[in-house]
Amino acid sequence: MDPIQIIFIVVALVVLAAAVMVVTTPNLVRAALWLVLALFGTAGAYVLLNAGFIAVAQVVIYIGAISILMIFAVMLTRRVMTDSGPQTHQTWWLPALLSAALFAGLVWMLSGWSGFEASMPAYSDANQVVELGVALVSPEGFLIPFEVASVLLSAALIGAIYVAWDRD
Amino acid sequence: MIPLSWFLIFSAALFSIGLYGVLARKNAVAILMSMELMLNAININIVAFWRYTNPSDSAGQVFAVMVFAVTAAEVAVGLALVISLYRRRRTVVAEDINMLKW
Repeated sequence: MDPIQIIFIVVALVVLAAAVMVVTTPNLVRAALWLVLALFGTAGAYVLLNAGFIAVAQVVIYIGAISILMIFAVMLTRRVMTDSGPQTHQTWWLPALLSAALFAGLVWMLSGWSGFEASMPAYSDANQVVELGVALVSPEGFLIPFEVASVLLSAALIGAIYVAWDRD
Repeated sequence: MIPLSWFLIFSAALFSIGLYGVLARKNAVAILMSMELMLNAININIVAFWRYTNPSDSAGQVFAVMVFAVTAAEVAVGLALVISLYRRRRTVVAEDINMLKW
């Protein structure tokens, strides 16, 4: 077992443990902080995949913006949801069974696929960010999807302001 | 070297945990948090397939960046809906939100 594999196992265990805490902790502020840890570990997984730009974007967008939004939403809606009561349905075992079945099914399906044990091809990420940036804004690349995504994002943000506006 | 299977099993486990949270949690904000976990699992899958199949083509990374943008939009609208609901109905429990049900 080489060091990279050990790092991957540590990262994966941290992310999965934090994810379990996110879905089980009764206290929602703590759940949001566990979510930050899970998102940070995911950024580590991107680094292991040589996707440096995605890892930085993960830290900036998810940890810097989305988890702050989550914590604000938890604090703004706190009064009714006391931290002591049960946070899951009485039939919580049904979703647990369903997700265990989904996991088993995914692993079973993937293990029959021929590319499952593929090893990492050699790749130099020296000018990765340059290539990604050019691909995002060149007309031969992904200019149209990029513009559509930015229009979607601004429309969603304007819609969010309108929906959350206190009119009375 | 890490085989592709490790990343796929890792993201399948993360997705299943997120699915459990979406189905079992009562609080709407907690459901959105679990959705974040599921979207992260999807992104790990996208980046892993990009790295293991065709890393010289940046299309896989562009796809992951698009998922980031869509996720940010989804979270902004979702949390705005939750806050607006809390103002009108004083609740964030998903099963009490039945205004569109008849």
